[in-house]
Amino acid sequence: MDAATTERPGVRAGKRPARRFADNERQMAIWFLLPSIVYVVALVAVPFFLAIGFAFSDVTAGDPSFQWAGLRTFERALDDPVFWRSLRNTFVFTVVSMALIVVLGKVLANILVADFRGKWLVRFLVLLPWTTPVALSAVAWLWMLDSVFSPIDWVLRNLGLIDGNIYWLGRPQLAMASVIAVHVWRLVPLSAVIILAGLVAIPNDIQEAARVDGAGFWRRMFEVTIPLTLPVVAVAALFGAILTFTDMTVVYVLTRGGPNHATQVLASWAFIRGIEGGDVAQGAAVALFLFPLLLAAAIAILRAVRRMEVL
Amino acid sequence: MTKVVEVRGLVKQFEGGRVHAVDGIDLATEEGEYLVLLGPSGCGKTTLLRTIAGLEQPSEGEVFIDGQVVNDLPPRARKIAMVFQSYALYPHKNVLQNIVFPLKAERMDKDEQVRKARWAAELLGIDQLLDRRPRQLSGGERQRVALARAMVRDPHVFLLDEPLSNLDAKLRTSARDELKRFQQRVGTTTIYVTHDQAEAMGLGDRIAVMDHGRVRQLGRPVEVYDDPADTFVATFIGSPPMNLVPRDGRFVGFRPEHLLPAEHVGGPERRLVPFKVDRIEYLSGDRHVYGTATRIGEETRVIARLPATVTTPIAAGETYEFAVHPDRLRFFDAESGHRADPVPVGG
Repeated sequence: MDAATTERPGVRAGKRPARRFADNERQMAIWFLLPSIVYVVALVAVPFFLAIGFAFSDVTAGDPSFQWAGLRTFERALDDPVFWRSLRNTFVFTVVSMALIVVLGKVLANILVADFRGKWLVRFLVLLPWTTPVALSAVAWLWMLDSVFSPIDWVLRNLGLIDGNIYWLGRPQLAMASVIAVHVWRLVPLSAVIILAGLVAIPNDIQEAARVDGAGFWRRMFEVTIPLTLPVVAVAALFGAILTFTDMTVVYVLTRGGPNHATQVLASWAFIRGIEGGDVAQGAAVALFLFPLLLAAAIAILRAVRRMEVL
Repeated sequence: MTKVVEVRGLVKQFEGGRVHAVDGIDLATEEGEYLVLLGPSGCGKTTLLRTIAGLEQPSEGEVFIDGQVVNDLPPRARKIAMVFQSYALYPHKNVLQNIVFPLKAERMDKDEQVRKARWAAELLGIDQLLDRRPRQLSGGERQRVALARAMVRDPHVFLLDEPLSNLDAKLRTSARDELKRFQQRVGTTTIYVTHDQAEAMGLGDRIAVMDHGRVRQLGRPVEVYDDPADTFVATFIGSPPMNLVPRDGRFVGFRPEHLLPAEHVGGPERRLVPFKVDRIEYLSGDRHVYGTATRIGEETRVIARLPATVTTPIAAGETYEFAVHPDRLRFFDAESGHRADPVPVGG
């Protein structure tokens, strides 16, 4: 047999394959990680440590020179009754929103997981609030809740349910309820999608085994579905909590913390003091109060995620 | 004898009728019987089982359990218990909670639940594992938990969907033995789905061989093996499969273990087969001899399986005089594949 017939097609002799960039995973990992490292350092770490620095200084917009002030800035912030009002409002806002976000998200996820005609349209509509920029949707809600031109009031008036306008954003309790409602409207799609992922991950076999074992809808819901999705629901709840706790857009656009600080939260108060009021030091001090809770939430999220991996 | 489970004219279509997973099946179990549904993957055996369980709705036909039509009954009202391929244990519940789950759903008295679960656990030898979670159990232990969960409800039928396929080969043999003894002890009618013919032959009182949504043959293991109804059954069952040699519009079929060196086949009526050997495999004491057979029909590649007791020296590249006893020949129609009248075979 001569050499020509044994040569395999497509193999050229004498050319050594070169090592490419993509072959070196260690080097590639560094390059791929670099953008997020730059992002985290520049936009999270630097501002965070800057805020800690400012909180112990007397920096203002008019006098940016750094002078150590110790705990005096905190004392000033804590002496202000608006701060305490904001702190309380923040917790009410967060706890109520989170509960609603989880419960409604769970209901919505159960609807989305079912098979029915026109499912794509429902899914699309459900996801819409989350995909709309928050400032835009908040402005839209501002009109929906307007004291004079509110279409909601108009409908209720024409149905004969109310006589005069409701002033959604003008009364303290109603204003808080409105802010929570808009916030929940915005975040429910996110939690629904997170919980949906958990629902889909439950093996079909287990649901079917429960059906054969004699469990009806509610027993399957409470003994199989909810326990198995609990880690995912926890993640949805914590995301809801973090996004609510730190949010100021809805509050700021709808009420600017009013009426009379009835909807003032820590984030909006820090912004109003530090940026609008120019007292950068006090704004930073107020904002730092968000940190302990966020830290706890982050730890809890990581734990829940680890539990999911174990299951 | 009462038929515990019966299906009549059962059809199950998927994707709006484009796929016929089950294509017209009539089948009935006998009381206390071990019926095995055997077939290649995609033959519809699991769909048939799921339709009996009530997890799928039949497109046509009826399912009877204890003589009643159960088409409109949900799974929980059918007096059945099912063991899934994955066992489908509840991962967040411990073994005891898994086993009592069906009893809780029946709203049985609490003490009675635990008493019954312990009885089932003892029967299956898992009573020391009651507070473990499923993920802390081995494959064999999970299978027993699934069985215990199935038996506590005193079902009229057990439906088992490939319960051994997740176990490693070694464990599978002992688990098969245990399954059989377990069923003999509780005496419950069982329908068992598998694609493994060794499981089917070893466990089944009767075997329904399925292909393309139909039952090709229903019979005792020995019937299915010795008297296959068509060429599909003949080649699906047996390892290596039955040899099929074309001759005069027929297939002449014979099992590899019946094609032996001529001196090992007695009687003057034996059919001589010149056999040109090209390859030999040694498998657990047997010799599998691959080669080309002539004279018995058209020249065809066949396999001979020589037991260890046959010591005739065989070498690749040589031609030998082999033979088959005529009682061992089976004839199939070359077009339909069904069993046909014998044709004279020379030699």
